[in-house]
Amino acid sequence: MTLIDPLIALATRGVTIFLMVAGLYVVIARGNMVKKLVGLSLFQSSVYLLFILPGKIVGGTAPIIDPAFEVYAHPLPHVLILTAIVVGIGTLALGLALVVRIREAFGTIEEDEILAREDAVRVERDE
Amino acid sequence: MTISAEFLEPIITLVLLLLLAVIAFGIVRVRGLFAVVIMLGAYSFLMATLFIVLDAVDVAMTEASVGAGISTVLFLGALYLTDVKEATGRARRLAPMLVAVVTAGVLIWGLSDLPEFGSADQPIHTKGADYLDRSIPETGIQNVVSSVLASYRGFDTLGETAVVFTAAIGVLALFARRRSDGKG
Repeated sequence: MTLIDPLIALATRGVTIFLMVAGLYVVIARGNMVKKLVGLSLFQSSVYLLFILPGKIVGGTAPIIDPAFEVYAHPLPHVLILTAIVVGIGTLALGLALVVRIREAFGTIEEDEILAREDAVRVERDE
Repeated sequence: MTISAEFLEPIITLVLLLLLAVIAFGIVRVRGLFAVVIMLGAYSFLMATLFIVLDAVDVAMTEASVGAGISTVLFLGALYLTDVKEATGRARRLAPMLVAVVTAGVLIWGLSDLPEFGSADQPIHTKGADYLDRSIPETGIQNVVSSVLASYRGFDTLGETAVVFTAAIGVLALFARRRSDGKG
């Protein structure tokens, strides 16, 4: 018990931060737009973790009231994250629809190639 | 019952967290988008399992169906309409790494005074609205998550519905233009 406590404190914080930073890194570093959306999903789910972790009481149970149980997890973070998951799928669907449209307009979903193509069009127009 | 929940729950949480970190590392490194999307599905299922251990059963169900189900299907559909392979082109490394490290530093500093994992005397349990006591007398609903979602924070859920509606309209508008483009 004494050995696991500091370890779990380190792991919960460390992994939450790692997931958040990994998602952020993918969003900035990768030019592929589908990969960017994957990174955004990683980032989002780290926030889910950040909210759900403090609601837990060790030895408790899910917040469904029953005379057989005394200790329950706090229900409020669960409600907030339920909303966040559903909103997340909405934004993801919109993002992927945009990616598909970009692919049809530019023939690629790589950020660098799209920027290069835009520059080429601009130079052509100027000449 | 020889092993107590007090001992077992932190260990399962620990193992699942480490698995999540490993899969996230894989997602960052792997270039094939198909593999990345499948890994994201596995990641969502692990996350759902972790939510069950953390007593968030409603969230676990939603994460398994929406996070691992619908979003994987959406990603696969998008891959079918675009490319499966990520370009290897020149990688920007320094700036993203710098942003990531600075963010990590700020987060470590910001999260340093979070309460202990799983303890009952943290502010979230001792202060604030006592939904657990009020739910049955005020709403008659045993599942407190449902009563908070539909009753105490009903406007939240209404806003959520509005967001999903807006997103659906956006997707439809994007694909409606595409159809008229194809004709013209």
